[in-house]
Amino acid sequence: MALMDSTATPGAPARYAAFFNNATVRSVFYQVLTLACVVGLIGYLVANTIENMSQRGMSAGFDFLGVSAGFGIGFALVPYQEGDSYWRVFVVGIANTMLVAVVGIVLATLLGLVVGLARLSSNWVISNVARWYIEILRNTPLLLQIIAWYFGVFTLLPRPRDSLGWFGGFFLNNRGLYMPAPVPGDGFALTLLAVAAGLVGAVLFARRAQAIREATGRIVPTAAPVLGLALGLPLAVFFVTGAPLGWDNPQLRGFNFVGGLNIPPSFCALIIALSIYTSCFIAEIVRAGVQSVSHGQTEAARALGVPPGRTMRSIILPQALRVIIPPLISQYLNLTKNSSLAIAIGFPDLVSVWMHTSLNQSGRAIPIVAMTMGFYCLVSLAVSLLMNQYNRRILIKER
Amino acid sequence: MTAPAAATPPPIELIGLNKWFGSFHVLKDIDLRVREGERIVVCGPSGSGKSTLIRCINQLEKNQEGTVRIHGRAYGASARENDAIRRDIGMVFQSFNLFPHLTVLENCTFALTWVKQTPKREAEALAMEFLTRVRIPEQARKFPLQLSGGQQQRVAIARALCVRPRIMLFDEPTSSLDPEMINEVLDTMVELAQSGMTMVVVSHEMGFARKVADRVIFMDQGEIVEEAAPEAFFTAPQFDRTRLFLNQILHG
Ligand SMILES: Nc1ncnc2c1ncn2[C@@H]1O[C@H](COP(=O)(O)OP(=O)(O)OP(=O)(O)O)[C@@H](O)[C@H]1O
Ligand SMILES: [Mg+2]
Repeated sequence: MALMDSTATPGAPARYAAFFNNATVRSVFYQVLTLACVVGLIGYLVANTIENMSQRGMSAGFDFLGVSAGFGIGFALVPYQEGDSYWRVFVVGIANTMLVAVVGIVLATLLGLVVGLARLSSNWVISNVARWYIEILRNTPLLLQIIAWYFGVFTLLPRPRDSLGWFGGFFLNNRGLYMPAPVPGDGFALTLLAVAAGLVGAVLFARRAQAIREATGRIVPTAAPVLGLALGLPLAVFFVTGAPLGWDNPQLRGFNFVGGLNIPPSFCALIIALSIYTSCFIAEIVRAGVQSVSHGQTEAARALGVPPGRTMRSIILPQALRVIIPPLISQYLNLTKNSSLAIAIGFPDLVSVWMHTSLNQSGRAIPIVAMTMGFYCLVSLAVSLLMNQYNRRILIKER
Repeated sequence: MTAPAAATPPPIELIGLNKWFGSFHVLKDIDLRVREGERIVVCGPSGSGKSTLIRCINQLEKNQEGTVRIHGRAYGASARENDAIRRDIGMVFQSFNLFPHLTVLENCTFALTWVKQTPKREAEALAMEFLTRVRIPEQARKFPLQLSGGQQQRVAIARALCVRPRIMLFDEPTSSLDPEMINEVLDTMVELAQSGMTMVVVSHEMGFARKVADRVIFMDQGEIVEEAAPEAFFTAPQFDRTRLFLNQILHG
């Protein structure tokens, strides 16, 4: 518009010059140019690949997903049989990977928290044990640790007959860990219902307590009632309905155990190595978070007469968590991606059953690699999206 | 000791105070008695134990020997009792120590909510009253780090005043401020002094000391070397150490 409105009547070359000197015009121009180059390059690569593949009789299509895969998988979280389709194999791989990720994240967090707090301890022995734990384990390659746990510990365990046993229901041998499997009986659903009701009740109670406090100033103790609702209510319902939960204990039959839950050695080794390795990084994150809150904060609260528990909950923790959570989440992502090292000890995670076995057997490299990358990419993107939301919400406002 | 003095015990009484950090003797035989409404300025070279002394008054630091009595009540019976005694004392720190994740208003209402169990609306009204007194009511919804140093320190003063303490302690409240902000904080403190608050102020602001102090105390190496009314203290110091120190801060 500005060009049209200008009262001066510059000649054509001058007008072109003005047009190209406009910042918006120029930036759009370069963006279009870049986009064109990228699209052209991708188009060239795709055309080239398709031509090469068709020359060798390979197909890039996804039609093989419905075909029966025809190989067995040693450990599957979701039901799987040998005749199932490749698509099913993909799902099994994802489920197994997610299982490793979730269990690993929980254990690594607990362990990291303990080691991180130990590192902060004023006791010389404790803080130094924690320090060496961290220094040694995070500076050794993870693959080495996984292999060490698998071949150095779990495959060297005794045969099932000579299992190490605890409490009559837990057995450890070279086929892995056996433990009792819960068998929900009639009416167990009521207990599950009570869990949900208890959680809702706890939230409502906490809200009510806050409303009372704001209206009258009275501080209603919430810790005991919230715990009672969240834990006590389900327990009470469980016992009132006659404890409708049985246990299927593993039994030694001949050379092996039957019944119960079996956790294969590869899963045990992978989980232990992943959680220990990641816990070192988490410990350092926890330490940095706690140390980031200056002692002045505690002193200011103390000078105001605020009780220590309230200071911890409302002053120290919220500030420490701001520092802890972002790098913590990125460690969770690392753990999830590192779980693909499972292939080294034959645990059937996504990379192992999909990128390795399925790819070798079907030869569909492009779709299989694309789907695997797509999965990891999707997880990472989803997490970083949540992360950004969180960061924006908790940002401490400064000038 | 006359009868009326015993009837109303002094706000602050330090008797035979001794404190060590490890083997380092920080406070040596400190005796100090502060009268109701009295304003005391403490000065002395760096490391002489000024901060430690006023932190003993609200027991942020524990003394190994001697007694600290606040309005006649001695610390030490129980943590709960100590907390109750401490509630009579407000403190302002050199580095503000505001809670950065809470707004200015929430900083001021925090102790009202969790210590004094004041209803929200009442707490906010009270906080606004004190924020108005330190002349920053318009910043109530901002976060501490969005304010200038002088404004932050005034918020810290308002926060301490909200719980209605009868004694205020200041540990070098202006020494981390830019020169142009020092006066706004000192003005607030002068007004507070005029309202009759009992105050103990660690400061090297000699103008402030002359204006409001009833007594100036000079500390060196953990001892109270000299104490006098400001005029006498500045014009006719009795001890060489005091003279040396005054020369340094006035002409250094
Ligand atoms: N927590 C502590 N542990 C060990 N030593 C300490 C501690 N706090 C203070 N000190 C030492 O005690 C002495 C007195 O410290 P204090 O902070 O009371 O001095 P100050 O007079 O306030 O000095 P400044 O003017 O620098 O603030 C100093 O030598 C200091 O190093
Ligand atoms: Mg000091």
